[in-house]
Amino acid sequence: MSASTTVSSTSGSSGASGPLTNDGQPLKRSLARALRREKFRALLLISPLLVFILVSFVMPIGDMLFRSVENKIVEQTIPGTVRALASWDADSAELPDEAVFAALADDMMLAQEIKIHTRLGSRLNYDQPGISSVFRKSGRKIKGLDHEAAMAGFIAIDPAWGTPEAWTTLRNMKAWPGKFPATAQSWDNWKAWYLSEEKEELDPATTIPHGFTYAALYHDLAAMPASSIDAFATSKNTDAAALFKNLVGQVDSIPSDDFKAQFADIEKGWAELDNWQAIQRLSPRIVDSYFLAAIDAERTAEGIESKPDNERLYLKLFVRTIFMSLVITGSCILLGYPVAYLLANLSVRASNMVLILVLLPFWTSLLVRTSAWKVLLQQQGVINDLLVWAGVINEAGRLVMINNMTGTIIAMTHILLPFMILPLFSVMKTISPTYMRAAKSMGASDSLAFWRIYFPNTVPGIGAGSILVFILSIGYYITPELVGGTTGVFISNRIAYHISSSLNWGLAAALGSILLILVLALYWTYDRIVGIDNVKLG
Amino acid sequence: MSALPAYASTGQRIWHYTFRYVICGFILFFLIAPILTIIPLSFNAENFFTFTPAMLSLSPEGYSLKHYQDFFTNSDWQQALKNSFLIAPAATILSTSLGTLAAIGLSQSHVPFRRAIMAILISPMIVPLIISAAGMYFFYSRIGLQGTYWGVVLAHAALGTPFVIITVTATMVGFDRSLTRAAASMGADPVTTFFKVQMPLIIPGVVSGALFAFITSFDEVVVVLFLGSAGQKTLPWQMFTGLREQISPTILAVATIMVAISIVLLSVLEMLRRRSERLRGLSPS
Amino acid sequence: MKIIYGLTGAFALSAVAMAASAADELPACENCVDELTIVSWGGAYSNSQIEAYSKPYDALTGVKIINDESSNEAVPKLRAMNEADNVTWDIVDVVASDAIRLCDEGLAMEIDADEQLAAAPDGTPASEDFGDLLVSECFIPQIVYSTTFGYRTDVEAWGGKTPEDICAVFDTATFPGKRALEKRPINNVEWALICDGVAKDDVYDVLSTDEGVTQALDKLATIKDQVIWWSAGAETPQLLADGEAVIGSTYNGRLFSVIEEQNQPVAMLWDAQVFDLDGWIIPAGLSEERKNRALHYIMFATDTQRLADQSKYISYGPARKSSAPLVGKHAELGIDMAPHMPTDPANATNTFLYNYEWWADNRDDLDAKFQSWLSQ
Repeated sequence: MSASTTVSSTSGSSGASGPLTNDGQPLKRSLARALRREKFRALLLISPLLVFILVSFVMPIGDMLFRSVENKIVEQTIPGTVRALASWDADSAELPDEAVFAALADDMMLAQEIKIHTRLGSRLNYDQPGISSVFRKSGRKIKGLDHEAAMAGFIAIDPAWGTPEAWTTLRNMKAWPGKFPATAQSWDNWKAWYLSEEKEELDPATTIPHGFTYAALYHDLAAMPASSIDAFATSKNTDAAALFKNLVGQVDSIPSDDFKAQFADIEKGWAELDNWQAIQRLSPRIVDSYFLAAIDAERTAEGIESKPDNERLYLKLFVRTIFMSLVITGSCILLGYPVAYLLANLSVRASNMVLILVLLPFWTSLLVRTSAWKVLLQQQGVINDLLVWAGVINEAGRLVMINNMTGTIIAMTHILLPFMILPLFSVMKTISPTYMRAAKSMGASDSLAFWRIYFPNTVPGIGAGSILVFILSIGYYITPELVGGTTGVFISNRIAYHISSSLNWGLAAALGSILLILVLALYWTYDRIVGIDNVKLG
Repeated sequence: MSALPAYASTGQRIWHYTFRYVICGFILFFLIAPILTIIPLSFNAENFFTFTPAMLSLSPEGYSLKHYQDFFTNSDWQQALKNSFLIAPAATILSTSLGTLAAIGLSQSHVPFRRAIMAILISPMIVPLIISAAGMYFFYSRIGLQGTYWGVVLAHAALGTPFVIITVTATMVGFDRSLTRAAASMGADPVTTFFKVQMPLIIPGVVSGALFAFITSFDEVVVVLFLGSAGQKTLPWQMFTGLREQISPTILAVATIMVAISIVLLSVLEMLRRRSERLRGLSPS
Repeated sequence: MKIIYGLTGAFALSAVAMAASAADELPACENCVDELTIVSWGGAYSNSQIEAYSKPYDALTGVKIINDESSNEAVPKLRAMNEADNVTWDIVDVVASDAIRLCDEGLAMEIDADEQLAAAPDGTPASEDFGDLLVSECFIPQIVYSTTFGYRTDVEAWGGKTPEDICAVFDTATFPGKRALEKRPINNVEWALICDGVAKDDVYDVLSTDEGVTQALDKLATIKDQVIWWSAGAETPQLLADGEAVIGSTYNGRLFSVIEEQNQPVAMLWDAQVFDLDGWIIPAGLSEERKNRALHYIMFATDTQRLADQSKYISYGPARKSSAPLVGKHAELGIDMAPHMPTDPANATNTFLYNYEWWADNRDDLDAKFQSWLSQ
């Protein structure tokens, strides 16, 4: 790196009329071209791996992490409701109006038909406990809703509204879908519902939609100024004019299905304000709720607040993860340093034999090693048996060394120790023994010579090993799962739990993002201080 | 310092031996204690990870070879072994070749965006495994790679490359660039220079990187659990189901066999090294 | 038909003629693929399915069966497959609660029991033969298992007493020692409430309130420091065999294996055992040919004889009423399997019924509460 800056700065300062090369080119240009070529060659060598990692690894991770803010599910599952709910004032202390409930009925009808409503319920339940069962229960009863009132009202005004042609006319109007947002949405729902129920595409020439679409039409018309309906009735589109002629002044007479009351009847949760507030809050496609949950916070009517004490979980786990990783790193230094020292100061022959001992655990499956620690550490295990046999402890005083923090720390120290020994060893190998001799010949005691001369020289090795061990341990999952019990598990275990058990992938992604940011910050600091090039593995 | 000087005082002697045989002995024992535990347990006559009274009294009934027999006759285990040996080498070759090329590229003196590139290339090592596994699972499912041999190989190769990058760049740091210039000035083209001059010097780094990459794939369970399907069931996967569905010391038998193989391999390597030293006329240091 | 007769006869020790007639009735599969990916749990359980279902099916049809062992990750994997629109599984073995969840989310195919499952040999339609066990429209029950407790029979500190009922688990004074419980709320909260004086019939009403949940967790808290939480079924047998736990819950088949096959000093506590079901689902969105093959296999594998055959290899009760009389002897040990079935009258004097609908509705909430309680 330093070479590059020198070259470019010289060439940069040497002015336009600088010296020429043999072939008459200005030296500056020639050097620049050589530099460019060199850069190009370097990139050419790197690019296969870079592309490979970007495609096979970075993109999948990015895709995964995006789930921490992504929230399309609400709009996809109940699009009409989301649209109708947008204008509702959540602070008004009043439930949304009938138009919203009509849209909900329509959306739910389709959602339960294609079985996506429970997914939405589970999603909303992460932020609004209890709402999942509201969705489930309503899904089971939604088919029983009365929804023919509006339809009958339209037909009573003009029987033409009961024909497929009326809908063709309506859908061919210039005002469709712009002025009929709810109806257009409902029509799409109806089409999808029909396909799922009848297993064939809807033929609009022969079928009229179900009552929910008529209800949507009523709400669209009711939301319009009367002048709009007058305009339709007198428009040049004669079909439309005929259709709307009788509606002028009659819209208010169309009866309502009163979905609001019906919903409150099938599940009282629909009459609760906070459920609606949650739906509105979670309507956007991008939300921060997963991140809030990941730091034990939630958005309430009063703004962002910490969760009650007994529901706080993640911050504590993050702290514990970092604390335990630090302890593990510390014990790796304590245990790894003497062995690395021994390795560096034995004859090559002897040190290779010791190295085999260090590398052997590497060749033994992680699962097996972890299981072996279980056998060793448990209360009826080998170590406790030996201690009892030797009379160090009595039968009642058997030590609890597993299914808690101790178990995780011991097993992980063992697993990560080689990652400390190898970088340390490669640094110690390069320290010339003459340094120590020189120090001692000048009167330093053994310990003084060690602490003042040898140890400072090994600090890069300690740094390299520590960062490696720390980064690896902070993201560990299998070993804590097997030996950690409830107090010795890491944040990764929660991430795994949310991925494979609770299926709260958004929260898993948010926790993962935070963990990743922590690790990257560490990596960055390390790269600044030590330089990643100085990490050596044997 | 490898040996104690003749003038060492008694205190120094005591410390020297305490350090070497007590402290280091203890730590090395700590390192291999799990292995020492699993070897006898793999001969357990019962289907648990337990030292039975019969085993402790060294009675022959406590011991049996049935778990070894199970390993060699059970088609699940044999298939898993085969899969592991199909996946790990492919992943190793992929990550070692791409990783070595990239490491050489990275050690050139002029690399634009070096830090950023390095961070990306190292990322598979620092991203917590469970995130990688889930991310790759979703993504590979979408492009049809989930549950395929190549899907697992690609994922394992990605996980292995950081180790190759780190070990190879480390050997390149000490690389004297005047050597390549000397080769070039004597008319060698870049390819010849690479194979005749650079390659022999970085080969130790490449080999140890490849070893790490191999072990990464060979011992990896989280990603393969997500990305693999029945056809890619590797040894760790089989062990994982073994631990979850029916505890059987067969997994200990497998581990013991692996340890035996690696001891043999490592010893052979060491013997070869000594032999080549002798042949080259070097005295063993 | 002679060949088929011989093949099935080799498998079915009892009721050979009936088995042959069932195989007789298996119609040829029309418009089907010749490969089938079956997902199950692995271990002894998968083996029992392979022996009782897949091998005979393969002998009849020559279909190539691929066994995957991903049932533990089935729900997230099916969700991701569905998201990616690339479903690679044909038949998946899941517990009933997962089946309900998959069905609710539209990830599993609906089954018409009478149409798509074999009738009992006496002509009883499948829907009646399975009866109440058809807990979801997508679920094809296979076995009844129970989660129950096993305890060591040689604990000195117990002074010769043996646990008589479920509440011994909460009685650390009389029965000191570590307990092994599953790391999830299901079953544990019910047991806790029963032992805290709640009547069996009221358990779910009590649990529906916040106070009820707190009551259950408080009861569990009294033994929390004595509990080793397990998440894989094989853990409790290992813990009991080691003496690391003195009493622990697990699936009854695991305990059978510990007691009868491995001869460990362990005994069963059948009191307040919780029945649960395990069975098949077919993922939604399969092509017509794959769906036909999957249904064809299911028709064969869940008929009366096949379900009875499975109990020769593992001590779980067949889900059909008509299979019960056909339950024979263990394939290797030669002992009668009927007394080891959770459904055996002697074992089922006090059972607890697991409320699927309640758990489907409340699982998300309870899980979250339980998990944060666990980490306090």
